[in-house]
Amino acid sequence: MAELVTLVEGVRELVADGDSVALEGFTHLIPFAAGHELLRQRRRELELIRMTPDVLYDQMIGMGAARKLTFSYGGNPGVGSLHRFRDAIERGWPRPLEIEEHTHAGMANAYAAGAAAMPCALLRGYLGTDLMARTRAREVPCPFTGERLVAVPALNPDVAIVHAQEADRAGNVQLWGIPGVQKEALLAATRRLVTVERIVEELEPRAGAVVIPGWVIDCVAEVPGGSSPSYSHGITERDNDFYRAWDRISRDRARFAAWMEENVLGEVPAR
Amino acid sequence: MSAAATPGEIQTVVAARRLREARSVFIGVGRPSTAAILARRVHNPQLVLVYESGTVGAKPARIPLSIGDGELARTADFVVSVPEMFNYWIGAGRIEVAFLGAAQVDPYGNLNSTVIGDYEHPRVRLPGAGGAPEIAAACGQVIVIAPHTRRTFVERLDFCTTVGHGGGPGTRARLGFRGAGPTAVITDLGVLEPDPGSRRLILTAVHPGVVPDAVRRETGWELEVSADLRVTEPPSATELDALRELISR
Repeated sequence: MAELVTLVEGVRELVADGDSVALEGFTHLIPFAAGHELLRQRRRELELIRMTPDVLYDQMIGMGAARKLTFSYGGNPGVGSLHRFRDAIERGWPRPLEIEEHTHAGMANAYAAGAAAMPCALLRGYLGTDLMARTRAREVPCPFTGERLVAVPALNPDVAIVHAQEADRAGNVQLWGIPGVQKEALLAATRRLVTVERIVEELEPRAGAVVIPGWVIDCVAEVPGGSSPSYSHGITERDNDFYRAWDRISRDRARFAAWMEENVLGEVPAR
Repeated sequence: MSAAATPGEIQTVVAARRLREARSVFIGVGRPSTAAILARRVHNPQLVLVYESGTVGAKPARIPLSIGDGELARTADFVVSVPEMFNYWIGAGRIEVAFLGAAQVDPYGNLNSTVIGDYEHPRVRLPGAGGAPEIAAACGQVIVIAPHTRRTFVERLDFCTTVGHGGGPGTRARLGFRGAGPTAVITDLGVLEPDPGSRRLILTAVHPGVVPDAVRRETGWELEVSADLRVTEPPSATELDALRELISR
């Protein structure tokens, strides 16, 4: 049974310096509030893992919290570049960033293998590309047909953090809308933190929803609006204007630092 | 009487026409998404729009900013997880047409969306592969949508993110790819298609007012011009009005 905690307690209890941490969310339900709490608690030397490192990881990379990034697409969707991500890779600012990159199919399957406690995943992909020589992927023949396949190693983060719409008091979690790869990331991880829009007395069954039982989750924290400026389907709306504004805020190092100080670090956590 | 179509509008209209007969199309954000939504409105109301965020059969009334906007999920026939999207729908070859963009396109329709310059010390770090390599391997056919400049159309890619026709005939079969690969590259100047023999891209259509030499000037290799070079049919009033109305929302 998951423990109901505050966000401050959950991050303090589950995330240590140097951990590999997956804050997942595929354009939807991105755990912004939890990522910001990691920054306020000054977690360092993290290996950040996420298929689509967007604005949240841009902020964490720009603050120097990450030693390594494992990812498959690093852009601000529909807007353009992630300037802090680019600055770290192109110019090593504020520190050099080691990268391991995959394709979406490779990373989704690596999480699924991690969730299944398998050592690797098999897929058709990577073959013929320059990525093969630059990442952890190996060509293997199918043992039955001889077909050329590719294996990628399972992803098993030390910690997975996801945001969902609701949980009950036993920490059973329900999320709906675009499910992304959050269930796989949680099940693949050693420690698991879920932030939710609301705690309810009883989860109301919903067709098509993903339910994750409290007995595979360590901590659940109620954080209304915890995915903003991303969104929680049916509860909050995606703040597209902020994603556009981020392009200007993040372009300049000083403006970025000032924005983070004012909006993330300086904010007294009320929870 | 509306203003004449811009090159970008012609590009979008031409891309939309390619979806007249298609059952399903895979799309990213930007011009591909606009073209596919336009196709549903003017050519093919049954067209199934598939976004990699997991929304299948989305019916957006407006152009979404991200592939995961709430409207896509709200209007979809169904929504799946990312592993299901890539394994059951894309990987298994269930999507007919894929629209892809890229920072660089080479003569065989191979694509770079990873780095400009050296991988270890890139001049420009681009977003990376995303879903493109497996989409291009498995979808029925690929249509590349890109701006026509020498920066984009290069003899050699700085990094091969996504295989189109590889090194020529036989590459795709050797790699076990099941889709047909790039069947067209639609730009703001014209349309390139692979030569059936060599698989190299040749110029098969120019948009109204564009001469072949202008296209060759903006292409970083010796671009061959098809003997049956066509001139793109200008956008109809219906197409243009629908496109402009869509963008104004």
